[in-house]
Amino acid sequence: MTPDLAAMSDDPARPSAPRRRPALPAPLGRACAAVAPWLALLALWYAVRYSGLVKASLVPTPSDVLGTLWHLIAAKGLLFDAWESTMRVLAGLASGIVLAIPVGFVLGWYRGLGRFLDPLVNFFRALPPIALIPLVIVYFGIGEVAKVAILFYAAFFAGVIVMYEGIRQTSPLYVRVARTLGATDAEIFLRVIVPLALPHVLTALRVALGVTWATLVAAELVAAQRGLGAVIQNASNYFQISTIYAGIICIGAIALLMDVAVRAASARLVSWQERVAR
Amino acid sequence: MNSQHRLVFDGVGHAYRDVAREVRVLEDFSLSVADGEFVSIIGPSGCGKTTLLNIVAGFVAPDTGTVTLDGGPLGPPGPDRGMVFQEYGVFPWLTVRDNIAFGLRLRANRRSPAEIKATCDHYLQVMRLEEFADAYPRVLSGGMRQRLALARAYAVRPRFLLMDEPFGALDAQTRTAMQDALLELQAEDAKTVLFVTHSVEEALYLSTRVVAVSARPTRVRRTVDVPFPYPRTGALRRTPEFQALVAELSDLVMAEYAAQQRQLTSGTAR
Repeated sequence: MTPDLAAMSDDPARPSAPRRRPALPAPLGRACAAVAPWLALLALWYAVRYSGLVKASLVPTPSDVLGTLWHLIAAKGLLFDAWESTMRVLAGLASGIVLAIPVGFVLGWYRGLGRFLDPLVNFFRALPPIALIPLVIVYFGIGEVAKVAILFYAAFFAGVIVMYEGIRQTSPLYVRVARTLGATDAEIFLRVIVPLALPHVLTALRVALGVTWATLVAAELVAAQRGLGAVIQNASNYFQISTIYAGIICIGAIALLMDVAVRAASARLVSWQERVAR
Repeated sequence: MNSQHRLVFDGVGHAYRDVAREVRVLEDFSLSVADGEFVSIIGPSGCGKTTLLNIVAGFVAPDTGTVTLDGGPLGPPGPDRGMVFQEYGVFPWLTVRDNIAFGLRLRANRRSPAEIKATCDHYLQVMRLEEFADAYPRVLSGGMRQRLALARAYAVRPRFLLMDEPFGALDAQTRTAMQDALLELQAEDAKTVLFVTHSVEEALYLSTRVVAVSARPTRVRRTVDVPFPYPRTGALRRTPEFQALVAELSDLVMAEYAAQQRQLTSGTAR
């Protein structure tokens, strides 16, 4: 990750290693590094398409997909679908994480309770959310609540497990140090536990974000009219492979953007963290 | 010295239990520490030395016997008994300056902002950390982290300092430099110190009194009043008197170490 490299060379304890060959000017080099893997992917795509190994009708070219994408945006309101999906993801993510943070914290902090509930948490986390769809339809119907409920489930259990593991591995040393300096319980919570938990909150958010997007298509299978999952589902019914590709690319792009945003927030909020082989 | 102004261990015993067995770490341990003393406790690892510090800090209540401070009970952990750990325990999310200020900003020792700044500046300078005042601890070496931990502990002006092998993780040269840094802090603002170490030389170099303890369960085996005046410098280590004391105490510590090893091997054989 390029921002990390930049941060490390500023680090007085770890002088940067001598460069073996002259590198491109930094901004240009970074831009190339960011674009290169995508170009490689496109090249591979074209190669598979024209290799003759697959039926041409089953693999559209990148330019076909780009055309379809444009058509979907201009004529079919794809941006509205993207908006609908993003809002569902955010609703599921926000509700799931808001609950996962305190629950994960309590499970990690109170060891006994954590040990007691650990098997249950792992059971529910291991259940694929998609397997719950029939039950969700029974209990919540097929409206918006049902879709957000599935995303909530996915975000909550992904977040809870990260938070729980993170807090459980927190060294009790810092709490003891704070006590011998005279900290009260409230001061220990605010000045020691909150800063120690923050990196785990951000990791939980990041993991939950990934899982929630992954569950989106499943959630929108619950009779969604609009949304990227619905676009893909409908296209699949009519064998519009190009549209399926376009929908998948949209989901990937939005999920990636949100991930980048969370990572940027982490870099600012927990810049104090030791960087151990990332 | 007035016997009221003392930390007194009287017949202290303690054991750790888990499902399978009970390990007695302290038995009938008695010791009296007067204000201003620097007492080192040396003995084999795995004996009850750390438990002694945890009892004084207020983290552990002894099973039997009493520990009193000025004739009264010790009470819960507080800023009058500072502790320095082998693993430094510097807060990684705070800058060097904010680490030193941490204790000063707590309600228990609330100081004015001007006083906090003055105290931080002072310890940054004494511990030679000025250059890193606004850096996060991740850029500090082990020795610098421990200097920071010492500065943070001294800054709240505790009456006691409890040090649990504070220099145990450092290389030999850094360790020697840290011992001198600690003597410097003590010369400026003497605390009553309980210092746990494996190193006979370190104990003799720093302390007014050295207490050699036995293998588990820990009792006092021998107490040595260290005859060398302060200020002490590296030259002291090379005097025959110092080296004779080191040799004498080392033999005792080695004998207890061997006893502890025999205990451990017979323990696993059972």
